[in-house]
Amino acid sequence: MDLSFNIQGGDFTSAGTASSQVRRTLKELGVDASVIKRVVVALYEAEVNIVAHAYKGEIVAQISPERVFLKLTDEGPGIPDIEKAMTPGYSTASQEVREMGFGAGMGLPNICKNADVFNLHSVPNKGTTVEITIQIS
Amino acid sequence: MDQQKKPFHHALRINKELCIGCSRCMRVCPTEALRVIDGKATLHPEWCIDCGECFKVCPVKAILVEDDDIARIFQFKHRLLLIPSIFFAQFEEKLTLDAIKGILYDMGFTELCTVEQGADILVDEINRYVEEFKGEKPVLSSYCPAVVRLIQVSFPSFADQIMRLIPPLEITAQYYRREYEKNGVPLEDVGIFYVTPCAAKIAAIKAPVGGYVSPINGVINMSELYNKVFLAYKQKGTSENEHCTLIHSSLSSVGIHWPTTGGEAVNIKGRALAIDSMPNVIDFLERLENEEIKGVDFLELRGCDMSCCGGILVQDNRFLIKERIEKLAEELPKKHMLDQEFRNVCSGYIPMEPVEPRAMIKYHPDITIALQRMEEASRLRGLLPDIDCGACGAPTCEALAEDIVCNRATMEHCVIRHAYQADAEMIEKIWGKKRFRE
Repeated sequence: MDLSFNIQGGDFTSAGTASSQVRRTLKELGVDASVIKRVVVALYEAEVNIVAHAYKGEIVAQISPERVFLKLTDEGPGIPDIEKAMTPGYSTASQEVREMGFGAGMGLPNICKNADVFNLHSVPNKGTTVEITIQIS
Repeated sequence: MDQQKKPFHHALRINKELCIGCSRCMRVCPTEALRVIDGKATLHPEWCIDCGECFKVCPVKAILVEDDDIARIFQFKHRLLLIPSIFFAQFEEKLTLDAIKGILYDMGFTELCTVEQGADILVDEINRYVEEFKGEKPVLSSYCPAVVRLIQVSFPSFADQIMRLIPPLEITAQYYRREYEKNGVPLEDVGIFYVTPCAAKIAAIKAPVGGYVSPINGVINMSELYNKVFLAYKQKGTSENEHCTLIHSSLSSVGIHWPTTGGEAVNIKGRALAIDSMPNVIDFLERLENEEIKGVDFLELRGCDMSCCGGILVQDNRFLIKERIEKLAEELPKKHMLDQEFRNVCSGYIPMEPVEPRAMIKYHPDITIALQRMEEASRLRGLLPDIDCGACGAPTCEALAEDIVCNRATMEHCVIRHAYQADAEMIEKIWGKKRFRE
């Protein structure tokens, strides 16, 4: 089962649409609640990252009986220092974004923690690709 | 998840003789548990949560509530009636509380008690429960049985967050049973009856969750009792039993507010929210499951709009009921007369198991088959008109696609497709061209 979503930078009202859809699909498939929770946490963080930092992006979710594979590709400023971005608490989010309850600087480490496989590829001034795999069985 | 559970006990039943198959109930069911088959509404028993939305919209009263006959009270020597404050709030001011009580006494009840006496001790106990709760928060109130069932069926991952404390009604019932016992009355002589504003509470009393057994012997339909009381008043006026002593009407302002929206949450420390009506409850739980809402300690969740003021068996307008409750509350003390006695002998803490999740199986228990079916359903949805007309007997095009892949329906059920094949031009005039062409 493949699901895909287009994400617009700055559109916080729609942030969470992809994770909500993927959650619903996994629930309908009878996937274990603890697995769904990890998918939702990781995907929601990654989705909000695109909204908060990038110009636009695309999310593809591939669901098989064994695993959930999520690929998030965005066009945006990229992550200049990945090591720093992976540090819990580090944040580049603007004041505006923080006031909306986002940008606490826990995003990437939190995604990594919930993923079984996590890949991050970023080119400054071009964009970022995040790949998340979470095992179902 | 273990699905070998005994079937859900339901307090709502469809009378097939009366049902005209109009599909109104099917459209409002929050768990999509209804279909129209052979011209009759048909219920999926594992998906129904007894919320009563179907009951509200049925134009021919074909949805029946399985209550107990009032005559059953005469099987017992002591006949106690537990009355929710909502019951009194249905009547216009000229029919006073004392008059209503007198009429009820005339009907054969030997003792009358207000249900919400049990609420006051719960305030401290819920606060303690929330504070000591080790699991993931928010703690979810166990007050509304339709919501408890919704969580079991549609949000099974939250089942262990449902508060394992019994509601005020059960505390009050326990208290009075103990009182009889203390006074040497044999318990087989005691009949405890409850006037219910909804069907979900009947189901909860007859088949409680968490292995609890209710001391309540019978449940009386509030709308039926309202009619009986009002008729007696119209025919005979007020009763001379108005001032009978067997009435435990002691109630606090906390208790009387409990069945109204916010009546529970307002007493809870920390971040406590009150959500009412099924669509709002579902939306909030979805957001919670989506990790969008964080840091909430307690959720009061009620299935009906305006909570129990909007119960399906409640007469009169829910806003007027709320207004009358507020008026009655003005004269009530913060603590009721029996408060200390309740505290001495009662508790909402009853050894209870966690509420069992009963996740609805949409496609198949085996994920490989479920995925195949989901993909097929997704393909079929592209062929269906996506107008959710309900003419196929399913509430939405999505539900029809699910029914088709689970062999419960066929593509032939889509009436719009038949119409399109017969006269494409006419259908396109209404619904546009894109809908039927790839």
